[in-house]
Amino acid sequence: MSSTTYRTCPRSGLQFEASAEKLMIANAFVAVVFLLIGGVLAIGVALTRWPAIHWLPADTFYQVLTAHGIDMLIFWIIFFEIAVLYFASSTLLRCRLATPNIAWLAFALMLIGAVTNNVAVFQGGSSVMMTSYVPMMAAPSFYLGLILFAVGALIACFVFFGTLVIAKRDKTYQGSVPLVTFGAITAAIIAVFTIASGAIILIPTFLMSVGLVKEVDPLVYRTIWWAFGHSSQQINVAAHISIWYAAAAIAFGAKPMSERVSRMAFLLYILFLQLASAHHLLADPGLSTGWKVVNTSYFMYFAVLASMIHGLTIPGAIEVAQRQKGYTKGLFEWLRKAPWGNPTFSGVFIAIIGFGFLGGISGVMMGTEQLNMIIHNTIYVPGHFHATVVVGTTLTFMALTYFLLPVLFRREMIAPKLAQWQPYLFGFSMYFFCLVMMGAGTLGVSRRHWDMAFSGNALAYEWPGAAYLMMGLVGIAGIMAIAAGAIYVYITVGSLLWGKRLDTGAQSAKFTPIPPTAPSMAAQTYGSAGFAAPGTFVLAMVFLTAFVLYYFINWKYLSTLWGLS
Amino acid sequence: MSAILPPSERLWYKHPIDRVEGTWIAIALIWCLVMFFMMVGWHIWGKQNLSTETYRTTPEKFTTKAQAMVDKFTVRTETDQKTPVVAPPAGSDVYMVARLWSFWPILELEKGKTYKLHLTSLDYNHGFSLQPANINIQIVPGFEHVVTVTPNQSGTYSVVCNEYCGINHHTMVGRIYVK
Repeated sequence: MSSTTYRTCPRSGLQFEASAEKLMIANAFVAVVFLLIGGVLAIGVALTRWPAIHWLPADTFYQVLTAHGIDMLIFWIIFFEIAVLYFASSTLLRCRLATPNIAWLAFALMLIGAVTNNVAVFQGGSSVMMTSYVPMMAAPSFYLGLILFAVGALIACFVFFGTLVIAKRDKTYQGSVPLVTFGAITAAIIAVFTIASGAIILIPTFLMSVGLVKEVDPLVYRTIWWAFGHSSQQINVAAHISIWYAAAAIAFGAKPMSERVSRMAFLLYILFLQLASAHHLLADPGLSTGWKVVNTSYFMYFAVLASMIHGLTIPGAIEVAQRQKGYTKGLFEWLRKAPWGNPTFSGVFIAIIGFGFLGGISGVMMGTEQLNMIIHNTIYVPGHFHATVVVGTTLTFMALTYFLLPVLFRREMIAPKLAQWQPYLFGFSMYFFCLVMMGAGTLGVSRRHWDMAFSGNALAYEWPGAAYLMMGLVGIAGIMAIAAGAIYVYITVGSLLWGKRLDTGAQSAKFTPIPPTAPSMAAQTYGSAGFAAPGTFVLAMVFLTAFVLYYFINWKYLSTLWGLS
Repeated sequence: MSAILPPSERLWYKHPIDRVEGTWIAIALIWCLVMFFMMVGWHIWGKQNLSTETYRTTPEKFTTKAQAMVDKFTVRTETDQKTPVVAPPAGSDVYMVARLWSFWPILELEKGKTYKLHLTSLDYNHGFSLQPANINIQIVPGFEHVVTVTPNQSGTYSVVCNEYCGINHHTMVGRIYVK
């Protein structure tokens, strides 16, 4: 059976199986290509919504916006996530990948689907936005592309599950899977639910587009589509949080503060995170208040609880590791002495802070049933999800890439100085981008809207000057972030093309099992020793204060509005 | 590197919890419950809750009702399209039709009075975005959403469509006057 080979990376000590390695490279590379396409499209979006420039004509703008959304939110991220799943199973568990041929089939389906969908959008006639709400119709190939992609991704998830079985059977590790793999399992379980929802609603919609089904109910479509559309972002959350744990382990040798707490938090995700699809339906007719309240709050905010736990335990684990290295002065010496010049660490840290403060807090606002009325479909919404998906997920994937270039791709990184700066440029311009977008949204500016001036319309609404100012800043910050994204693509693709080839490391025809680790003294003692991460706790309290204040400010704002009942 | 290695203690679920973690979990849980009960409590004590009263409807049924209101209560017309401005009595049912790419008719309401606002779309999804108050409601075709509104400030309000509805989406604006 095993005609494959295993190599041990000389830098990281990680063991890569040959077929898994090729699949990871292929998936990650295609992901970066879609990031590049999505980034080029982003120029059109940013320069059109910048009121002073207002670049593209309306039809092109809506077309570009549709493609930008799908290429970034679906294709870039899910291709990369498949690579992460293979890494978290085959590499971390040191086993061979299950059914590599089927994994290639999955890859081919995803690629064909993604290309088909893009072609449909660029042919025109499918400018229906990522959400493609019925009864507005796109070309049949638009839905067909998405369905093929979804089927491929689903197959890839099952290859991942199969790989876990192989590791267990071949006894490549003892005890439980690593925390990062545990998080990846969470992501894959969520992915199965997500992709199934997508298939349930996109298949009838496809049949409607070719005339075989007469009607898909618009409200049913919205309800089930969001079980796909929102949940696919929950895959990201589980995936990038797993990578945060991995980055803390790689950059600091950090142990999770408590395996129990972190794993329970992932378990809360599996149980409750999916309910958040309801966030998109809070302003809809036809759904009961009870349904909205229970679902939008992840039952009782249990998934928010889980995120707040991860938000503490990851920096907390770093703090504990740093303190053990002797950085114990004051509350924050551990943070000051962190490797800020290592783009894997700085990228992840900027992602954690931005995801929590900008993405997390704004997400809870939008997901509060009544507060949603002052936010629904304003540009606050893209402000929020750029903080989660771009600052959170994309920046994390970028940071991971810098680690993988020598380890997985076996290339010396070109322009390492530039790579040091890239996470800061990208992260901070995205912070600013999200903030001004949410500012404009608070003033009511609509998302997915070509002309905020309503030129030539007798009933035109005149937005306040501040809204124009904010939208101008959105344009500027957007261009800055795109430039930083271009640097990432340059470094990644450039390293693959021109980077010095690195040693493959020792090869063998057999895997080397993970040696069992002896229970460390630290693990046995910290926990009873007291307050292991005081600096992180202070940061967490700062976060909570910002959260509470902003939450009640929004209620105050809501209370001044028209009475509604 | 233990987050990427199997846990050293086989029984990870018996791993001790640090006091930093324990305290934070307790605080976070309390905050989660506060947020949950805030949302529930606002339904009891708050004045801004979105109605869930919804009926299935058809374009014909809805336009008939809207037309009846327009015939009865039109006070004047505005713009080149002669869009009727309708001033229905306080407490009555008022209708607003969303369609490609306009809101019809223009409403004239009284401050402090309550109306039952019926919303539907005749074609695609649309958005009811009342500016500058910034109240945003989804309009879904086939469904008649009845929202009870009480304007609390006089002035000219715009209704901006904020759900993408095709090539002229950005020209779709309506108006509500509050006296």
